[in-house]
Amino acid sequence: MQTQILLIVFLPLLASIVAGLVNKNAPSVFAKSITTGALFVSAALSWPIFLAFLNGSAIAEVVPVLKWVESGSMSFDWALRVDTLTAIMLVVINSVSALVHLYSWGYMEEDPDQPRFFAYLSLFTFAMLMLVTADNLVQMFFGWEGVGLASYLLIGFWFKKPTAGAAAIKAFVVNRVGDLGFMLGIFGTFLVFQTTSITEILEAAPAMSGTTIGFLGMRLYTMDILCILLFVGAMGKSAQLFLHTWLPDAMEGPTPVSALIHAATMVTAGVFMLCRLSPMFETAPAALMIVTVVGAATCFFAATIGTTQWDIKRVIAYSTCSQLGYMFFAAGVGAYNVAMFHLFTHAFFKALLFLGAGSVIHAMHHEQDMRYYGGLRKQIPLTFYAMLAGTLAITGLGVYHLGVGFAGFWSKDAVLEVAFARGTEISVMSFWLGVIAALLTSFYSWRLMFLTFWGKPRWIESEHIQHSVHKTPEEAGEDTTGGYHPHESPIAMLIPLVLLTVGAIAAGQVFAPSFLDDATFWASSIFYNENLMHAMHAVPYWVKYSALVVMILGFAGAYLAYIAKPELPAKFVAAVPWLHRFVYNKWYFDELYDRIFVKPAFWFGRQFWKLGDIGTIDRFGPNGIAWVVERSSGATKSIQSGYLYTYALIMLLGLIAAITWVLL
Amino acid sequence: MDGFPILTTMMLVPLAGAILCLFSGGAAARGIALAATLATFALGVLLWMNFEIGGPQWQFTERAELFEGFAYALGIDGISLMLIMLSVFLMPICILASWTSINKRVGEYMAAFLFMEVLMIGVFAAQDLFLFYIFFEAGLIPMYLIIGVWGGDNRIYASYKFFLYTLFGSVLMLIAMFWMVGAAGTSDIPTLMQYNFDGDAQFWLFLAFFASFAVKMPMWPVHTWLPDAHVQAPTAGSVILAGVLLKLGGYGFIRFSLPMFPEASGELAWMIFALSMVAVVYTSLVALVQHDMKKLIAYSSVAHMALVTASLFAFNVQGLEGAMMIMLGHGLVSGALFLCVGVIYDRLHTREISRYGGLSINMPYYATFFLLFTMASIGLPGTSNFVGEFLALAGIYQVSTWVAFVCTTGIILGAGYMLYLYRRVAFGAQNNEDAAAMPDMDAREWSMMAAIAAVVLWMGVYPESFLAPMRADIAALDARIASAAPADDSQLADGPARERAANAITFEAHERGDH
Repeated sequence: MQTQILLIVFLPLLASIVAGLVNKNAPSVFAKSITTGALFVSAALSWPIFLAFLNGSAIAEVVPVLKWVESGSMSFDWALRVDTLTAIMLVVINSVSALVHLYSWGYMEEDPDQPRFFAYLSLFTFAMLMLVTADNLVQMFFGWEGVGLASYLLIGFWFKKPTAGAAAIKAFVVNRVGDLGFMLGIFGTFLVFQTTSITEILEAAPAMSGTTIGFLGMRLYTMDILCILLFVGAMGKSAQLFLHTWLPDAMEGPTPVSALIHAATMVTAGVFMLCRLSPMFETAPAALMIVTVVGAATCFFAATIGTTQWDIKRVIAYSTCSQLGYMFFAAGVGAYNVAMFHLFTHAFFKALLFLGAGSVIHAMHHEQDMRYYGGLRKQIPLTFYAMLAGTLAITGLGVYHLGVGFAGFWSKDAVLEVAFARGTEISVMSFWLGVIAALLTSFYSWRLMFLTFWGKPRWIESEHIQHSVHKTPEEAGEDTTGGYHPHESPIAMLIPLVLLTVGAIAAGQVFAPSFLDDATFWASSIFYNENLMHAMHAVPYWVKYSALVVMILGFAGAYLAYIAKPELPAKFVAAVPWLHRFVYNKWYFDELYDRIFVKPAFWFGRQFWKLGDIGTIDRFGPNGIAWVVERSSGATKSIQSGYLYTYALIMLLGLIAAITWVLL
Repeated sequence: MDGFPILTTMMLVPLAGAILCLFSGGAAARGIALAATLATFALGVLLWMNFEIGGPQWQFTERAELFEGFAYALGIDGISLMLIMLSVFLMPICILASWTSINKRVGEYMAAFLFMEVLMIGVFAAQDLFLFYIFFEAGLIPMYLIIGVWGGDNRIYASYKFFLYTLFGSVLMLIAMFWMVGAAGTSDIPTLMQYNFDGDAQFWLFLAFFASFAVKMPMWPVHTWLPDAHVQAPTAGSVILAGVLLKLGGYGFIRFSLPMFPEASGELAWMIFALSMVAVVYTSLVALVQHDMKKLIAYSSVAHMALVTASLFAFNVQGLEGAMMIMLGHGLVSGALFLCVGVIYDRLHTREISRYGGLSINMPYYATFFLLFTMASIGLPGTSNFVGEFLALAGIYQVSTWVAFVCTTGIILGAGYMLYLYRRVAFGAQNNEDAAAMPDMDAREWSMMAAIAAVVLWMGVYPESFLAPMRADIAALDARIASAAPADDSQLADGPARERAANAITFEAHERGDH
């Protein structure tokens, strides 16, 4: 396994460097082949490892790579850890990444900067792999920041657009707020455990559960505050409520990026971190309570926004945010395996939805506004069926008693059931919020499908389409297509769609027994709560069917509003304009943060500079002295130009005095 | 290496080069200066290779008694070695950076840089208090000249400010030095580092040295000379100012204040913490609103140096090593950032951020290097600055969560102002025709950037090369000051254990039969 894991992790890095350094004038196919090839090799090597853990023939191991830092009692090295948890992430990351690389051959075909794009994609994959193979918190932080860098670069890939540059900065800086928590968490952990090794921390954590520690003048349970700090880091990366504002804006990046980074892999790093540290979090009840509340709140909050957005990618982005909320509250109630299961299935169907959306956008000449779609079912049938599978997966179609369902059915239902089974007030509240969010999920997902693939074409309203057919709506007259003919995407984009469709349909069915009920599969790589799993299976039937019921309700609602009676949404908006405005404007988080953080930062900066540095320090300091000198001698000029000699003289006199002093 | 006076040789080579430069014209002076600095760098590599890790604390010692109480005594420990390496590494890059941009009085300019190199090596190698003082103060004279003669339009004001602050500090330090030598009866630095001054004396001595070192750092509120000096200095001047001169303050704290006045350092740590916390937030916010690239980077330097001071006074190994690593990393990275400014200043002759934009299009390689150094500056793991910042903050956390919290906000603000700068320079559309027409870097600029980039990554991925030589010296310093360490605010306390797992639930079999 040693050679394989080294190849899996470092091939993408190598490919990225080669692709990045290759001459700009060389044909881009070179950079594309080398990065895509590397990723397919990595993916091919990852699956056997995962399957070996699945059938129990592999054991966890750590492959040392290089010494990193040793400072006093603090020491951490570069090493690659492979266990069940890592193996799951390896297949998720490498499979989706390889498919996204392939997809980009088609999607980015006309872009002049393709080598740069592929180099960034591979760099991202490397950083993500370093994150999931980390054996200590600092290497995890390295991966954490590395994926942040790649995300920054890819969001800003089309850097000529001002919005892309702004979104890139926002993503990085908001994540840094989370990193503040993560870093303080690492420092605190080191202070308490005198190590950053994850294995050693997890072993020592239970013994620390009763201790208290001072933090910013407060006296808190040690494990609670450490876990809360680390969780703040997870909130940033996984776009949880309060630190979520960067994720929708990150949709400025090319769509393959959204699929890989902002849906399937990077944003799930927070969930991964929680699961990796699950034995530690289990010693911190207050921290887990916060995790549950934040997760449940995010899953509801993001779902509401998803119902109102027009941009196809933004709908899916809020959907991602919402699904991450499910994963967090599953972890919060102690079902880390369920959280990982949802992460696993979500990676397939959400990547599918994003790549499908990319295929639609590709067909619609880069139009992303669903108001200008419609009737695309017949034009791009393959994309339609892929999106349909993705939608059925995310909405969780499946029947408990038949034992069949799409991927999302297995994992999302498990999340809801386990929250109910946990039985505390907070967990039951999470269950209800999760059910409401599932209703909203079904509504916005079908809304997306109906607006895009059903109804009459509304293409001519789109400026992008007008540019391509050289007609305005007036010129087009009755023909709402404007004479535009959407084309199905090239084969490079369709292959990933087909493969991910298989995942979205089958990933839940096939892997549910291992992920949910097999303690030996997990092999202590996470905290596996056997009793909770039994309780989960024993919840009443109405709980088990609640997700299916709301899924049908959501479908019906969307059908009513966008197919049967298309005038309904406008009426609803007219009836409660304030509610629509509030939700449509994303609960005004951006405006709020702009007022309380961004604007004051610039204001204080100007005040400190103009009033502090110039107005006070300089005025009474050097300028004041100059003024006094000028007043008393009227000879500033000579002082200023002669300062060098004065200085040398004073130094010399000083030295003579010093020598005399010593000699006497 | 036995007996070969390598440190003196390392000073004589640039000195000879300086004299030659003074007597030769433009093109020749450039060649001589480059050859001399490269030769010195080669000697530096030799020095490092022969430095015995785990050997005696002071190595390569040379000593000539000049007269009683004053000796020409040189010698280095790991800390000095690293700072000397930083200086001799940056010097050839400075010469290259000035290759085409300096056209008046080239001989004198090159001589000034070479003199400065002599003095910088001297200051880190001096083992005699007064010898140190001479190098410490005289090192600033070439800097004054570089700013005052080859600087920008407002160079006189900038060098005047620089002079005024420095003078104030050095007078106090000199008086303190007299007193120390009188009390201890020796001017030998290694001896003084073990000498125990009594408590009251330590207090005043500490403050006197503090006056000088705080200005050199520079610490808030005596930092305002730095932005002006940077803005007015030519590119290479800024590189050496940020890269080496700013390290004098930190070196002073680590060589003098902490080991010689440990008790006073412990008592006054709160003051250092307070000033550092203010500096991190205040100067980061000021950096955010700058229009001038050099000013922005200068303010960011103040914020980074505040982290150095705070972590030095954390009184633990991580803090001390972190401070050293930040100094080395910052020396490279901010030097490189000033080079980045220089590259485009040479083309467009403005430092105004808004005059640029979209440089990723016409200068892709430049944009790549600029990005790397931007990321290093905000402490991305895998680059030099991360190792330093991480250790420093981990060290600070162990003594005060408040100070650690405030200083760590610097990672948010730092990302803010640096990425905002990068966005305005390299991203966006090409709004200015002349900026859009600038050619990408040439071979000379490539070599400067690539050299620094390689070391930045080396230091980030395998910092052991740099930590190992300093380890024993830091440990010795830590042992010396440990007893004076201020109390920490974490105070981990035992308590009764809580339930084993937060989500432990019982599951009874009969529940399965409920439906």
